[in-house]
Amino acid sequence: MENTHNTERHEYDVVVIGAGGAGLRAAIEARQQGKRTAIVCKSLFGKAHTVMAEGGAAAAMGNVNPDDNWMVHFRDTMRGGKFLNNWRMAELHAKEAPDRVWELEAWGALFDRTKDGKISQRNFGGHEYPRLAHVGDRTGLELIRTLQQRVVALQQEDYETHGDYEAYIKVFAECTVTRLLKDGDAISGAFGYWRESGNFVLFDAPTVVLATGGIGKSYVVTSNSWEYTGDGHALALLAGAKLINMEFIQFHPTGMVWPPSVRGILVTESVRGDGGVLRNSDGKRFMFDYIPEVFRDKYATTEEEGDRWYTDQANNRRPPELLPRDEVARAINSEVKAGRGSPQGGVFLDVSTRLPAEEIKKRLPSMHHQFKELADVDITAEPMQVGPTCHYIMGGVEVDADTGAAAVPGLFAAGEVSGGMHGSNRLGGNSLSDLLVFGRRAGAGAAAYVDALKSRPKVLPEQVTEAREEALAPLGHTGENPYEVHHELQRTMNDLVGIIRKSEEVAEALEVVEKLKERVRLVGAAGSAVYNPGWHLAIDLRNMVLVSECVARAALIREESRGGHTRDDFPEMSPEWRRRLLVCSTQDGSAVEVEERLQPGMRDDLITLFDRDELKKYLTDEEMAEFDGIAKS
Amino acid sequence: MSYKAKFKVWRGEGGEGKLEDFTVEVNEGEVVLDIIHRLQATQAPDLAVRWNCKAGKCGSCSMEINGKPRLGCMTRMSTFSEDETITVTPMRTFPVIKDLVTDVSYNYQKAREVQSFTPPSSVRPGEYRMKQVDVERSQEFRKCIECFMCNNVCHVIRDHEENKTNFSGPRFLMRIAELDMHPYDVADRQDAAQEEHGLGYCNITKCCTEVCPEHIKITDNALIPMKERVVDRRYDPLVWLGNKIFRRGDNGK
Repeated sequence: MENTHNTERHEYDVVVIGAGGAGLRAAIEARQQGKRTAIVCKSLFGKAHTVMAEGGAAAAMGNVNPDDNWMVHFRDTMRGGKFLNNWRMAELHAKEAPDRVWELEAWGALFDRTKDGKISQRNFGGHEYPRLAHVGDRTGLELIRTLQQRVVALQQEDYETHGDYEAYIKVFAECTVTRLLKDGDAISGAFGYWRESGNFVLFDAPTVVLATGGIGKSYVVTSNSWEYTGDGHALALLAGAKLINMEFIQFHPTGMVWPPSVRGILVTESVRGDGGVLRNSDGKRFMFDYIPEVFRDKYATTEEEGDRWYTDQANNRRPPELLPRDEVARAINSEVKAGRGSPQGGVFLDVSTRLPAEEIKKRLPSMHHQFKELADVDITAEPMQVGPTCHYIMGGVEVDADTGAAAVPGLFAAGEVSGGMHGSNRLGGNSLSDLLVFGRRAGAGAAAYVDALKSRPKVLPEQVTEAREEALAPLGHTGENPYEVHHELQRTMNDLVGIIRKSEEVAEALEVVEKLKERVRLVGAAGSAVYNPGWHLAIDLRNMVLVSECVARAALIREESRGGHTRDDFPEMSPEWRRRLLVCSTQDGSAVEVEERLQPGMRDDLITLFDRDELKKYLTDEEMAEFDGIAKS
Repeated sequence: MSYKAKFKVWRGEGGEGKLEDFTVEVNEGEVVLDIIHRLQATQAPDLAVRWNCKAGKCGSCSMEINGKPRLGCMTRMSTFSEDETITVTPMRTFPVIKDLVTDVSYNYQKAREVQSFTPPSSVRPGEYRMKQVDVERSQEFRKCIECFMCNNVCHVIRDHEENKTNFSGPRFLMRIAELDMHPYDVADRQDAAQEEHGLGYCNITKCCTEVCPEHIKITDNALIPMKERVVDRRYDPLVWLGNKIFRRGDNGK
C-alpha cells in the first residue's frame, strides 16, 4: 500500500484551506503582500458554499438611507448576537465592510444599482436600514466569481513577471487536508490527499489560514453541501487551538420542506425583505404574536404599520417577519408544533399576493427558478411552504480580532470556521461581509507572521507517516459502511441537539456520539483510492463526530436560551450567562473538554453607543452600575 | 409513490469503462442526483460524481442524461416514465477521470487566458457610478454558474479535440463579451476574441443556449453581438484606415 500512494511536497509561505469568500480573500491578501500562497479546496475552484449565499453583503455605505453608518451597523450586529459577540470583531466588521464591497467593484463585480448609479442596498432581518449590497438573489455567486477572477488577474500579473501563472498563487482543487503539522508549538505545514487520485500532498508552510466554513452536514435537514463537515474546526482542535460558542447554531427559518430530497435547501430572507409574509394554516400572519420583549419597541404591532414600513421607514416600524433569524425560526417551529402548519409540515411564505409577478421574477429570479424546477410551485401565483433548516454555526476557532490568529502560532482562521463575530446569532447579510473583512485580515495576519519569523519551522517525518496511516486506514478495513454511520450521526444531532434542546436529550446525544467514535475508527471503504466518495466520507467522519461532540457538550452546559441555543428547560436569557464563553479543546484528539471563560467587557466608547434602556435587558445589575459610571464621566 | 427504476450508469477509470445496470428505488419529488446518491449509499459506495449545492447554483453535477447535458440536481425523475431506462454518462467533451467525473481543466486554462477586467486607473473604489440599465447586459452573463455544459455541447470541440487549442468555447467567449460590455472596462478585446479565442469558429447553432441551466441567451446576447463588434471593427473602412494611421496604444499592440 505504501508504494501505491505517492506524496508530493510543496513549499509555501501561506496555505489557505478553503476557497469560499474568506479563503479567497485571505489568499488574495497574502499574495498582494508578496507571499507564496496555496489555496487548497475540496471542490473545484469557484464551487464553494459561498456560491449559495443569496441575499447580499451588509455594509453601511448609506447609499439608500444616508442615516446609515458603522455605528448603526455595529449596534444591529450586537443586538442580533444578543450582546455575546466579540465586540472588537463586530466593530472592525462594521467599519471595514464598505471598503471591502467597493474593492470588489474595482475587481469587476456588478452589483444592482440605485437610481443615482451607486450600489443598491436591500432590507434584511435585524438591519435598521437597507444595507445589503446585492445582485438579485445570487449575491454569493457574484462574490465568489469576482474573487476567483481576482485570483486569476493576480496569476496573469505573475505570468507577465515570472512567466508562470502559478509562481505566487496556486489553487489545489479537489484536495482535502486531513492534518495540520507542527514543529514544537508552531505550525509547520499541512497534510492531505488529492480526491482525484488518492495521492498524498504535503505542504511545508509556516502558516495555515483555515477558511473551511461550517458543520451543517452533521444534521439531516441543512442548507449546507457535502463539504460542510467541520474540517477546519476539527483540524484546529487537533492542532491544539480552541473553539468557542459551539452551542450556537443558526437554524435558518426558511428552508424548503418539500419534496423530501430538497428538504432544507435555502429560501432567501430577501423574500421577506422584499415584502413576503409568513402565514399559518389559519391564514394568520403569526409573527406579530412572537415579538420578544427585547425587541418590543422596534417592530410593528399591526399589519398596517408593517406594510407601510416598506415605503415609509422613517415613520413606521418594520414588520416582525424581519426579526432576527433565531426568533423567526423558533416561531415557525412553535406554529408547526401547535398544529397550525402547512400540509407538508412547514408554514406558508407568501410573496405572490404582495408583489406583481414581474417584480418577483426580477427581484427573486433564483427562488422563482428553484421552486418551479424542484417543487412545481410558481411563487408568483401561490405561497411557498418553508421550515427551519440548519444553516450556519456561530461558533468556531477562537481568534484574535485584528489578525485572525488562533492560539497556535502560525494558525489563522476566518469566516464561518472562526468564532466570536456573530455572538449567539448571525444577522443575514453579515456573513458575506464577514468573509471579506476577516478574510483580508487573516491573510494580512499570516503575511505579517511570516515576515516576523526568525527560522522556518520544520516538517517532522513521523507526523507525516502518522497522517498517511490515519488517512489510509479506512481503505484497509472491511468494516461498516461510512454512509450508515453518517446517517446515524445526522439523525442524532437533528433530533437531540436541534433547534429546541433539553438536558436529557443532549445527554443522550453525547452517549450516541461516544459510541459513534468507536464505529468511525472501524469504518471501511470499498474500492480504490481513485475518486472514491466512500473513502472521502470515512475520513470526514472523524471531523463531524469531533465537532458534534463540541456542540453537544457546550449545549448541555449553557443553562439559558440565547440566539442559536434554545433550552426548553431554561427558556429565559440570563444576564449572568452573557459574558461566559464556553471554550472547547482536546488533549488526546478524541475527548472534548469544555472550560468557561469570561469575555472582556466592551470598550467605553462602544458601550455608550447604546441606550441605557436597551442595555438593561441584557446586562447584570453590576454591569449596569459600571455602565452608569462610564456614562456619567 | 415509490417505484424501482432501471438505470445504466457509465463506470470506469483510466480511459476504460462501460455502462453498468442498476435497479434502484425512486421516491416522489426526487431528482437524478438523488438516485446517484442512493446508488452510492446502497450499491456502489465508490461511484464517483461531483456535486455541491443540490439547488442548481454551483454547476458541479453536470452529466449527460439520456445523451443530453443536464445538471443532475435539476433533473426531476418525474420527467421520465417509470418503465424508462435512464442512461447516465459523463460529459463527453472532457476526459473522464472516473465514472461521472471528468477533467474540466481545459475550462480553467481558458479562463486564465482571458484578459482580466481592466478599469481606468483614475477611478477609485467607491467612485464607480453605473446605471442599472448599463450593467444588466453583463449581469446576464455573470449569472453563469460554470457548469461547462455549453462548452461540453459545442460541436466545435465536442468531436474535434484538435480545436481545443484555438477555441475557448461559449463560456469564455461570453466572458469576453461580458467584459467588453462592462461600462468601465477599457481593454480592447475584439481582436483577441477573434484571433486568440476562436470566435470565428462559432456558427451560431445555439446548442449552448439550449443547454444553459441559467437560461442565459449565450448566442443571441453574447456571441452574435460580439461577432458584430468584431465585424464592425474589421470591415469598417474608417476604422481600418484609423488603425493604419494611428497605432492603438503606445505599446504598439
